[in-house]
Amino acid sequence: MASIVGAIADLRQLDLMANGNTGLHRLDARAKVLATLAFILAVVSVNKYELAALFPFFLYPAVIMALGDLPVRHIAKKVAVVLPFALMVGIFNPIFDQTVLVRLGALAISGGWLSFASILVRATLTVGAALILVAVTGFPAICQALDQLGLPRIFTVQLLFLYRYLFVLGEEGSRMARARELRAFGGKGLGLRSYGAMISHLLLRTWLRAERIHLAMLARGFSGKFHPRRTTRFGGRDFLFLAGWSGLFLFFRLVNVSRLLGTIVTGAPR
Amino acid sequence: MSHHIVEVRDLRHVYPDGTEALRGVSFRITHGEAVAIIGANGAGKSTLLLHLNGYLTPSQGAIRIGDFPLTPATLPEIRRTVGMVFQDPDDQLFMPTVFDDVAFGPLNLGLDGDEVEAQVRMALARVGAGHLRDKPPYRLSGGEKKRVGIATVLAMSPDILVMDEPTSGLDPFARRQLMALLKDFHHTRIFTSHDLDMVLELCERTIVLHEGEVMADGPTLDIFRDEALLAACRLEKPFAMQGCPVCGGKPSPPEPHG
Repeated sequence: MASIVGAIADLRQLDLMANGNTGLHRLDARAKVLATLAFILAVVSVNKYELAALFPFFLYPAVIMALGDLPVRHIAKKVAVVLPFALMVGIFNPIFDQTVLVRLGALAISGGWLSFASILVRATLTVGAALILVAVTGFPAICQALDQLGLPRIFTVQLLFLYRYLFVLGEEGSRMARARELRAFGGKGLGLRSYGAMISHLLLRTWLRAERIHLAMLARGFSGKFHPRRTTRFGGRDFLFLAGWSGLFLFFRLVNVSRLLGTIVTGAPR
Repeated sequence: MSHHIVEVRDLRHVYPDGTEALRGVSFRITHGEAVAIIGANGAGKSTLLLHLNGYLTPSQGAIRIGDFPLTPATLPEIRRTVGMVFQDPDDQLFMPTVFDDVAFGPLNLGLDGDEVEAQVRMALARVGAGHLRDKPPYRLSGGEKKRVGIATVLAMSPDILVMDEPTSGLDPFARRQLMALLKDFHHTRIFTSHDLDMVLELCERTIVLHEGEVMADGPTLDIFRDEALLAACRLEKPFAMQGCPVCGGKPSPPEPHG
């Protein structure tokens, strides 16, 4: 359960980064959300065997991290947490897909290995881009952007509540875990059974808290309607940011830049 | 200014599981009074508070806030009149930033942008939290959360302030700060608390609840001098009225503020 405390601390850190004041932070959140969406679409739509076509996309996270003053190691560590899932998704590709697609001298690389590597690279890129978006925008601003872009308010409000109470719930959970640990004396305690009880208890607490929050909302005149927050201006800079990056992603997607570079350097198509 | 009056008549409440939480509570609180509702755990304090802005419906009896009886039709107006501050500020502060949270009430009241801004600024300045406006609630200290919680209610310009355990969980300094703030308000104030020293300083009148009934209702000092009453209701004298544990000297209780 220590990992829960760690995860919450990490989230807070990401949130703190969003308080930065670089040119990137000041951009309208909508521009950043849309650019990230374009990035993710471009990356996931690349053909699964075209591993090389993915590499130019690393330019985007690299530039944003540099301009946004983000700690690269921290973001890299967060991405590494998610990679095992991608690993599980792609692990059987090399076994089922043994058609040899690339030969490097005596080494034959099958399509399975290529698509496996492609999954890992794509996971790194997309997860990285999402984390970077949060780090330069902040979660509430992202929700507001989604709201302004037309996502039904009930979803954005849900997201905001989720984010607000993640911290509270995380702390409650870790307090319960600590209480259990202190009385388990290093052993497993009652094993899985005690976790079952803890989770149901946590659910009940969440429920009660939700009721109290609802009460607090009613006490302040809530009648089921959320009012729009202050609007921000989508200016020329924001448009340039969005158009520039989206154009570049489209270019990367249509032209295999790695191969192009190879051709230019070696002077012949491979 | 009759709209600052709170009148509760023969209020009874039975929870769905059959627990009788209130058994015929009656009192009348007039304009500008600061009243403490004290009692042991389970005496019915919270249940009573939840009636005052219509969250719970009485099983029997009636409540009048100002000129209106509390009915579904008058509920919106009464919820504006009665500002309720909850015990756990994490329940009270649910929006992403302090500003959004304090603006929540005024926006629901239908104020427009500039008016909302003015109300928020006024409310935050009142509790000395103007510098916190852009912070997310989870990055505030306990005392800051409490003060912002009060600001969220002040922004709706209530006539009556109802606070559940205002000083619980605060360090001595934050507690002092909050008490000084509450002392300055001219609203009708209703507090529940186990912090009897706070009650002694802030409230000229005290209502003692015991097992869902009003055991005593009168000047705070008189009630705290009645040792038999306090013992029967599982309470004790505030520390300020007890002898000094070191020198044995007798204290002279402060006159409660009016």
